[in-house]
Amino acid sequence: MSAQPIANPYLPYEAEIVERIQETPDVFTWRLRFVDEQLHQQYEFQHGQFNMLYQFGVGEIPVSVKNREQNLLTHTIRVVGRVTKAMAELKAGHRIGIRGPYGRGWPIQDCTGKDVVFITAGLGCAPAISAIQHVAECRTCFGRLVIMQSVKHRSDMLWQKQYDEWRQLPNTQVLLAASREKTNWPNWERGRVSVLFEDAIYDKQNCTVMLCGPDGMMSGSARMLAELGVPEEHIYLSLERNMQCAIGHCGHCQFGSAFVCKDGPVFSYPEVKEVLGHRGF
Amino acid sequence: MSRSGFLQYEKFNQLFSQLQSAGYGCVGPSVIDGAVQFGKISSVAQLPQGIELTVKPGSVRVAKGDHQRYFAWPNGAQGIKPWLYRSRELLWRAEQTEQGFVFNRPEVNAEPIAFIGARACDLAALQLQDLHFMYGDYPDPFYSAHRNALFIVGVNCSHTGNTCFCASTGDGPEIQSGFDLLLDELDDGFIVRFGSEKGLKIFEQLELTPVSAEGHVDAKAQIAEVIAAQERALLHENMHANIFSNLDDREWDSVAEKCLACGNCTMVCPTCFCHREVEVQALDGKSSQHIREWDSCFNQDHSYIHGITIRDETRLRYRQWMSHKLGSWRDQYDRTGCTGCGRCISWCPAAIDFVAEANLIAGDS
Ligand SMILES: Cc1cc2nc3c(=O)[nH]c(=O)nc-3n(C[C@H](O)[C@H](O)[C@H](O)COP(=O)(O)OP(=O)(O)OC[C@H]3O[C@@H](n4cnc5c(N)ncnc54)[C@H](O)[C@@H]3O)c2cc1C
Ligand code: SF4
Ligand code: SF4
Ligand code: FES
Repeated sequence: MSAQPIANPYLPYEAEIVERIQETPDVFTWRLRFVDEQLHQQYEFQHGQFNMLYQFGVGEIPVSVKNREQNLLTHTIRVVGRVTKAMAELKAGHRIGIRGPYGRGWPIQDCTGKDVVFITAGLGCAPAISAIQHVAECRTCFGRLVIMQSVKHRSDMLWQKQYDEWRQLPNTQVLLAASREKTNWPNWERGRVSVLFEDAIYDKQNCTVMLCGPDGMMSGSARMLAELGVPEEHIYLSLERNMQCAIGHCGHCQFGSAFVCKDGPVFSYPEVKEVLGHRGF
Repeated sequence: MSRSGFLQYEKFNQLFSQLQSAGYGCVGPSVIDGAVQFGKISSVAQLPQGIELTVKPGSVRVAKGDHQRYFAWPNGAQGIKPWLYRSRELLWRAEQTEQGFVFNRPEVNAEPIAFIGARACDLAALQLQDLHFMYGDYPDPFYSAHRNALFIVGVNCSHTGNTCFCASTGDGPEIQSGFDLLLDELDDGFIVRFGSEKGLKIFEQLELTPVSAEGHVDAKAQIAEVIAAQERALLHENMHANIFSNLDDREWDSVAEKCLACGNCTMVCPTCFCHREVEVQALDGKSSQHIREWDSCFNQDHSYIHGITIRDETRLRYRQWMSHKLGSWRDQYDRTGCTGCGRCISWCPAAIDFVAEANLIAGDS
């Protein structure tokens, strides 16, 4: 018998919750620090990548890296079920487990000098936030910045203040839509995200579009953008699938031929077009 | 062709004793609960000698045969998979301390195992599992440890089953590579070859006699007979395009009417790799084990994301299984995920014929 400790890609690392921010009744943000200081300093991520977060005794879930702020890793989590409910109970000083970052993020490095368009739907859209922030922080590195975000109700909008700040930036457009809102509000359209397409100003031939939201919204938007003249290979989207391992082993995240955990979660539209929006994938 | 020798039946147990003295635990086939199953065995006496194994869609029967052979049956209920990629594996433990919990990695106890009786379809499947678990960006330490401690005694098939179609997938019945020792069984013993240094070491310890000229001829002839006897065949080697252009084919509905979504096919398939991770907390709440267990795309949970089950109908789950095996697997690993072993057909309680379904859905080019 040979028994030895082994390198184990499944093994998370201990991390401490430094701060917990309640964003809305069912959304909270953690600022985290790895217990191992060296690991904490070394940790790097690309915008759009995710971590597996572990709750003691309950389980692991995939969560996008929101950002690194004041040298702390931040994650924003919506409480939906078993693991996230247990996570919501934790307080500053408690420990969780983290392994990552995993997957392929947004192609930010290829966007220099081009117009950058974000189209997001749903609550928060964490996978896109760090990328938007990056483009917003260096307004001269990129062309125009266009942000289109839709929610059901105006009150679902996370980080409203952040969006208002982005609206003030030069060469930047922030367009918002609420699909179930009955009254008119300044800066808001009523309807789905596609009602915003007409008002968005960007160079369709020289842009990168990044989509994040429900599959139906992404496949519909990608098709419309292609019809409007955006080359398909300049359209990117971030997918969400059941994930158990995050390292291409468990098979749960398969999307046609792709393993969303390692080949994605960000894909170019042509890579996934064959099955995107097709029931059962 | 590598050096070969003949091992008479009377000397066959030498294989076991030599492997054992080299430190291997022997795993081989026996008749258990009316099927041929692999387990730890210690001598030839436990092998399924003189049996007849009849497999057809939805049925596996073992009876006494009118011969004295040990491997005169198509293949066992499982391939090599459960010995390497185990149905349940502890990945790590979290333990409470005063500062908060810490993670502990388990030790991997990789007991050297000699797998006796691997078939061509099993070895082809092993190669696929190697690609999946060992040669990706994140080599799996558990699989790798078991794999590196494995000794393989392959057997060329002398009998085909009604559900076998390895000739049409190009994986059998003759073993080309991937073995340490290889056996061709004749009426009074085995032609033995080696395929590795480990194999050579054992080979040299066996009391072998020269193989007769007829012996070689008979061995070739029985492989040719197996090929000729296989009735089932996939119509095309590459069905990827046809499957993905027929995602809405009516046949998916027809097969779903028969399918119980039990997942038996994925459990016996030697290439399926899906698993779930589960958490088992100790009763005192002080520690928790993180375990992986085999899972199946036929389970509803497999495609669950909050609020939606992506494959909420059997039709979509059957389509996932077949389109993965014969379609998307090609993009992932440059070949299909099916090695023609026929187990998914034999062990299907609804007797669904995977080959017939594939030919119906993706047969016409
Ligand atoms: C790449 C990626 C990035 C994500 N980023 C975020 C984020 O930044 N913030 C956030 O709040 N949520 C994010 N999610 C979704 C988050 O993983 C799920 O909400 C979470 O897994 C739900 O777990 P639960 O146990 O509370 O829910 P339950 O409904 O009880 O789910 C049970 C189990 O199913 C699986 N599961 C359920 N929903 C999902 C899902 N959407 N994706 C993957 N597995 C799921 C998990 O294994 C979960 O434990 C992301 C998902 C993916 C795939
Ligand atoms: S799909 Fe069926 S025939 Fe093919 S390898 Fe798997 S179990 Fe064997
Ligand atoms: S998705 Fe289905 S067919 Fe593919 S490996 Fe997993 S269980 Fe097997
Ligand atoms: S999450 Fe396990 S394979 Fe992608």
